[in-house]
Amino acid sequence: MIAETLSASLHLTSPEISLGIGALVLLMVGVFAGNRSAGLVNSLAILLLIGVAAYVFVTPLDGLAFGGVFKADAFARFMKIAALLAAIVSLFMAGLRAKAEQIDQFEFPVLVVLATLGMMLMISANSLISVYMGLELQSLALYVLAAMNRDSTRSTEAGLKYFVLGALSSGMMLYGMSLVYGFTGNTGFAEIAAALSAETRSLGFVFGLVFVLSGFAFKISAVPFHMWTPDVYEGAPTPVTAFFAGAPKVAAIAMLARIVSSAFGPVVHDWQQVIVFISIASMLLGSFAAIGQTNIKRLMAYSSIGHMGYALVGLAAHSVIGTSGLMIYMAIYVAMTLGAFAIIMCMRTAEGQPSENIEDLAGLSKSNPFMALVLTALMFSLAGIPPLAGFFAKYFVFVAAIEAKLYALAIIGVLASVVGAYYYLRVIKVMWFDDAKGGFAPASAGLKLVYGLSGLFVIAYVLFGSILGDAADAAAKSLF
Amino acid sequence: MTDWPILSTVTFLPLVGVVLLLLMREDGANGRRNILNISLLTTVATFLLSLLIWYGFDNANPGFQMVESHPWLGTGIGYRVGVDGISMLFVILSTFLMPFCVLASWNAIEHRLKEYMIAFLILEVLMVGVFVSLDIVLFYVFFEAGLIPMFIIIGVWGGKDRVYASYKFFLYTLLGSVLMLLAIMAMYWDAGTTDITKLLAHNFPPQMQMWLWLAFFASFAVKMPMWPVHTWLPDAHVQAPTAGSVILAGILLKLGGYGLLRFSLPMFPVASDFFAPMVFALSVIAIIYTSLVAMMQEDIKKLIAYSSVAHMGYVTMGIFAANQQGVQGAIFQMISHGFVSGALFLCVGVVYDRTHTREIAAYGGLVNNMPKYALAFMVFTMANVGLPGTSGFIGEFLTLVGAFRANTFVALFAATGVILSAAYALWLYRRVVFGALEKESLKSLLDLSGREKLVLYPLIAATIFFGVYPAPIFDATAASVDQLVNHYAVAVEAAHKVAALVN
Repeated sequence: MIAETLSASLHLTSPEISLGIGALVLLMVGVFAGNRSAGLVNSLAILLLIGVAAYVFVTPLDGLAFGGVFKADAFARFMKIAALLAAIVSLFMAGLRAKAEQIDQFEFPVLVVLATLGMMLMISANSLISVYMGLELQSLALYVLAAMNRDSTRSTEAGLKYFVLGALSSGMMLYGMSLVYGFTGNTGFAEIAAALSAETRSLGFVFGLVFVLSGFAFKISAVPFHMWTPDVYEGAPTPVTAFFAGAPKVAAIAMLARIVSSAFGPVVHDWQQVIVFISIASMLLGSFAAIGQTNIKRLMAYSSIGHMGYALVGLAAHSVIGTSGLMIYMAIYVAMTLGAFAIIMCMRTAEGQPSENIEDLAGLSKSNPFMALVLTALMFSLAGIPPLAGFFAKYFVFVAAIEAKLYALAIIGVLASVVGAYYYLRVIKVMWFDDAKGGFAPASAGLKLVYGLSGLFVIAYVLFGSILGDAADAAAKSLF
Repeated sequence: MTDWPILSTVTFLPLVGVVLLLLMREDGANGRRNILNISLLTTVATFLLSLLIWYGFDNANPGFQMVESHPWLGTGIGYRVGVDGISMLFVILSTFLMPFCVLASWNAIEHRLKEYMIAFLILEVLMVGVFVSLDIVLFYVFFEAGLIPMFIIIGVWGGKDRVYASYKFFLYTLLGSVLMLLAIMAMYWDAGTTDITKLLAHNFPPQMQMWLWLAFFASFAVKMPMWPVHTWLPDAHVQAPTAGSVILAGILLKLGGYGLLRFSLPMFPVASDFFAPMVFALSVIAIIYTSLVAMMQEDIKKLIAYSSVAHMGYVTMGIFAANQQGVQGAIFQMISHGFVSGALFLCVGVVYDRTHTREIAAYGGLVNNMPKYALAFMVFTMANVGLPGTSGFIGEFLTLVGAFRANTFVALFAATGVILSAAYALWLYRRVVFGALEKESLKSLLDLSGREKLVLYPLIAATIFFGVYPAPIFDATAASVDQLVNHYAVAVEAAHKVAALVN
């Protein structure tokens, strides 16, 4: 009997287990072959992640593992694939730029794989304990990644900041979890939901709920726990920033969506107002604070804060269509962000020095029309202008908000998007309207491929969007 | 013939030109000529093909014709296109004006010609798309997407303050539109569909109609533009290159009026009836106030821009008069203003290309060395004033008749606008064309070149033809307008009955 459930559990967690074993093997390769093997380990790590992603894609796993702490379902599968793809692309880009960014150590890909493993556990976590385990596995790997370039004070500062604030938020979340456990008597999501619907919730539980949500808000860099984001984005090596902006956000949003819809489902009014508040605050801050930025990495940091706000609009609606909108939003967001960071990595002077000022893009439409075209499409898409993918992302979350009668949220959201359009337009203005300054060193073929694909995605979404939309619809149903 | 998707073909045909342009290189005179030829051929072919729409159009049928419908994005959003009497002529207008835009840019655009033409062809796709959309989300996509090429056109090829003008244009119109997007979503949840044909048949609750109407109005009023949200227009017009102004005045402004006719009036009749006095007030203010403002302008393009705002005031007035004459007149006024104001901007372009200034004070006495130009400019000035015998008269007259039937005072005040428009237009004409030819810089100017004649003469012909014989336009619109007006009257009456019962 035990053997049977154990083998079933192992089967359900097989993608995670293979990823974990793979990470250890990669570590061994690195340790025994020394630092020369950084490139090899990087390639192997990419292959490993591709293999796991393909495995997750072709085998539909459904069920509860290890006594209900781990849940495999269609929702998890969608988000895992999104996170894995984001990790693959980031690792691919990091491999191309490792030497120049001084992150060419074999530990780098291993840490990325471990962080990705943490994300997959977060996405599938079905109890407070497994949530915390997955989260910490991910976070500890990320802290090290932020400080990966040890010779750069900016990078180490970013790592330290991220660690201190991240540890604080983890502590808050853990405290909240202990309160939730204390007032409901359970750690499993299903049991918490049952306890909450059986009796009226106590005030102590609400305290716990708020603490837990604060912890999550930190992980997805939502206001008012966003302060670390611009500094870490700016300070960390650009390939690391690209990784931070994509996969961890997907995982944290997925975990948040699962915990509020399953564990806290019965007390929707308690958490909905919190989500609405952080959503509005993030959209507004993301729009207004980005206006004054001159560094494009900081701009992207504020942009990601704003985008998390929009994604949360879908979550606040608490419905199948809202969750599906949230998933579409995250998928499109990741595609846009990775493309934008691929271009940021191409922003280097002829001597190879990275240039991160928006002004450095001046006249790009003349010196490199293709890159300018893609970045223009990405910026319009981030601003949410049709017919690009970003518009449909916003459409599906706002349509859910209207259905849920969250009118104030929707109105403030769309108005914030108009303010946000201002700073995206500024990037476009610099590229198209200003006279050329210097131009950049030729981009490597790999990065060209990444931003080319990203540009193709945002433009072609209007034709093939229903594929992604149908997948998200089907996956969202498994959460309710 | 029946199975061939002519509307989609016309809509997306310019993309073929875009692909060809992408393969071209823009160096040397040959490269330039290739780019211009491809653009011209594409736009002319699109126009000729679009005439098939008019040819195949059944004037007696008030419903949508040549409908195509395919599933598209899930949650009910479909790719649906079709035309009725209200939208068909706007499609023709858009495709008709495009070749002139290409011709107007023949020498005026000195750098980045390829990107310029690509932007224009994409803009054509989006504008035609707006008019043929039968799905409200598809409509919104086309409606908003037009901002992208226009932003680039103003910003890259515009005048001195192009950056400010392009930002103002983009953000102003976006701000108006996003509220409409929320209204579209609310309509989807109430009616369960985004299909315009079904939405037209759906009765929205009166209370909800008010909010939806306001949200749509926010968008269309900015686009029209109506006083007091018109301030983006003079900036955009002044800074845009000539062809950009033509498109802006000729077609983009019509999107607002078209939207009011397609959505606000038929879908929210109760709210339209309720808000009509406000629209009348705004229209009258627009007509009188912007005419006075136009009179004091020192920049030719700015003057024409303000006169556009005044003319759009007649359109909104006619639409919300909601009777046969008013609506017919509004549509006619939009079509006529489409090529008259476009032609006026082309006239400005002709002298701007020679002198590179738009200051009225820099001109004078052009009739002496540019008689043909003086004649062309005169015809369009008269059409702008609304002289009988030109197309401008018919639209203005009908909207005034419509307004008179709805509200005498509105017609009274609006009629003063006719006098004011004569004042500013004739004064402009006198200052630019008449007088002695004293300025040294003007003495060497040549009269219209062959290309410029090719641009202006067909427009003169159209202005006078439709001024004398407007029947082709009225025949096409009559059935759909009848249906719209009757449907509106019934809905408003029903609402009044309900209100009377409640009281």
